[in-house]
Amino acid sequence: MVVLQSKGINKYFKDPVTVKVLDEVSFSVNQGEFVAVTGKSGCGKSTLLYILSTMDTDYEGELWIDGQLMRGKSEGELARIRNEKIGFVFQFHYLLNEFTVLKNVMLPGLKLQRVSAAEVEHHAMERLKTLGIDSLALKKANQLSGGEKQRVAIARALINDPLIIMGDEPTGNLDKKNSDIVFDIFKQLSEEFNQTLLIVTHDQTFADNTNRIIEMQDGRVIS
Amino acid sequence: MNLKLIAEIAKSLLLARWRQSLVAAIGVTFSITMFIALLGFMNGLNDLLDGLILNRTPHVRLFNEVQPNPNQPINLSEEFKNGHNFIQSIKSSGRRLEIYNSGAIMQALKNDPRVLGIAPKISSPVLYNAGTIDITGVVSGIDVMAESELFFFKDYIREGNPLDLKNVGNSIVLGKGVAEKLLANLGDVIQVTTSKGERLPLKVVGFFQSGIADFDKVQSFASISTVQKLLGKPNDYVTDIQIKLKDLNIAPAVAKEYAQLFKADAEDIQTANSQFETGSFVRTLISYVVGITLLIVAGFGIYNILNMMIYEKMDTIAILKATGFSGSDVRKIFLGIALTIGLIGGLLGLLFGLSLSLLIDQIPFNTAALPTIKTYPVNYSPMFYIIGIVFSLITTYFAGFFPARKASKIDPVIIIRGK
Repeated sequence: MVVLQSKGINKYFKDPVTVKVLDEVSFSVNQGEFVAVTGKSGCGKSTLLYILSTMDTDYEGELWIDGQLMRGKSEGELARIRNEKIGFVFQFHYLLNEFTVLKNVMLPGLKLQRVSAAEVEHHAMERLKTLGIDSLALKKANQLSGGEKQRVAIARALINDPLIIMGDEPTGNLDKKNSDIVFDIFKQLSEEFNQTLLIVTHDQTFADNTNRIIEMQDGRVIS
Repeated sequence: MNLKLIAEIAKSLLLARWRQSLVAAIGVTFSITMFIALLGFMNGLNDLLDGLILNRTPHVRLFNEVQPNPNQPINLSEEFKNGHNFIQSIKSSGRRLEIYNSGAIMQALKNDPRVLGIAPKISSPVLYNAGTIDITGVVSGIDVMAESELFFFKDYIREGNPLDLKNVGNSIVLGKGVAEKLLANLGDVIQVTTSKGERLPLKVVGFFQSGIADFDKVQSFASISTVQKLLGKPNDYVTDIQIKLKDLNIAPAVAKEYAQLFKADAEDIQTANSQFETGSFVRTLISYVVGITLLIVAGFGIYNILNMMIYEKMDTIAILKATGFSGSDVRKIFLGIALTIGLIGGLLGLLFGLSLSLLIDQIPFNTAALPTIKTYPVNYSPMFYIIGIVFSLITTYFAGFFPARKASKIDPVIIIRGK
């Protein structure tokens, strides 16, 4: 089953001069695939990811997520799709420092309102337990180490059982040990839970251990 | 449910920087406090000044003016009917000062639904006799009960009991100035002579001070029956009927109507004290302008703080958007923050405003002109409190509106990539 498909996506940066950063990018991701997008800095891989995540809407071409065309959807509808179908893990963990770890994980679930708040909390605790950080649940987000934060971010990405998890250099800011932990979590999600993952990385060892590598160069998919 | 989540996020953001939120709220509290205290105080003074005149002025006064008769004999003559007649040296007619058929008029007035109450009155010029000198003055015969109820007569009595006017025969309440000139004390008996030469001893049962010194130097009060006796008139003799209406604003129309109906002169309060309303209106206007300026200044404070908060919370906004919160959710969060600051600051402001008003109310304020006033007057009208809270919400709403809109338009990609 195709989870995500891009058809001929073009993207231009118009300021200060018009530069084509994505050139006819077409590929699709199937259910359960663990995909790494690699390429040199500036090849457009992060740009592509933000388009695929629906946050960037200024592009040409078609993006299909779960059989739905993203073009023409309102900002609110796109927010809903991100909430329900996409889990996000950034390079800089981006937790909300005003909230506890548990609350950070719960927020997207509370927003979705598919289940009651009590159930969301239960799910959140389960996710934290799976990732081995349930003891941190009541700490504030800014009291955690970098590796712990990234694991919380993964727990948050998982809270609504998303169709696909997207990562933008999720290990880029971590040391070797923590990188390995994060990679192992992704691998485990992929193998045990058949979770679809699309991870942008320039870490070649990371990429080599995934199911499939999409390599980009100068805005094009080359393999 | 969604609103509950938004409220929860707004609360966390507020509390995360509680000092900053507090400063914003204090800004609102200060403005509302000053607004309430200022308006209460200014309106208290206003009411006091208005009361000086308005409390004692009937809304409509029925009386007979001394004036020349408009129907001169020559107008009745057939022979000169078509010409224009010039008459020289007309004198005012010996028209009686009393109101004709006063009993029936008063009965009709009492039955008029627009009328709050009436108080009959007789004004009589007199001479107070003190040893060898005579002091000119005026004795007003009044119905003490009606006068107290409608025109707050009791409030202006410095010493003695006003009810003694009614209960003690041949009694008088002297104006403060008159009493000083006569060296009269409570219980003394003074002599009063009318213009017709009648002389009557009257017992002093009280002193009256209106706050208008010239008035107090001539004016005294006695009961209607005492003045009727003084003038040698029957007991239906009344020279003025003072009418207090339920609605002050219809006084001019009512005065016109009564003048025709009762064939007497009628003067309304607007004509009698026209300068009054202007002054009162301008003072109220000034106090509102100052109060609202304070609120707007507080609004700018909130605007600044929210703007700053949004720059600080860029990451938070980006992450909320990336995880599925829409622009309108983000806008609601920041509007929620603004309105919470407005509401809490506003409510505290009302409380402090009331406290400040109560404090002002305790400050001694003694002036010879206002005998019954011991402390600064304050108006506690709930209207000011309602305006205060509503305006604090409106200002904070607008102060929060633009920053919130800005927050809702933040592009998460720029923030997330920017690092």
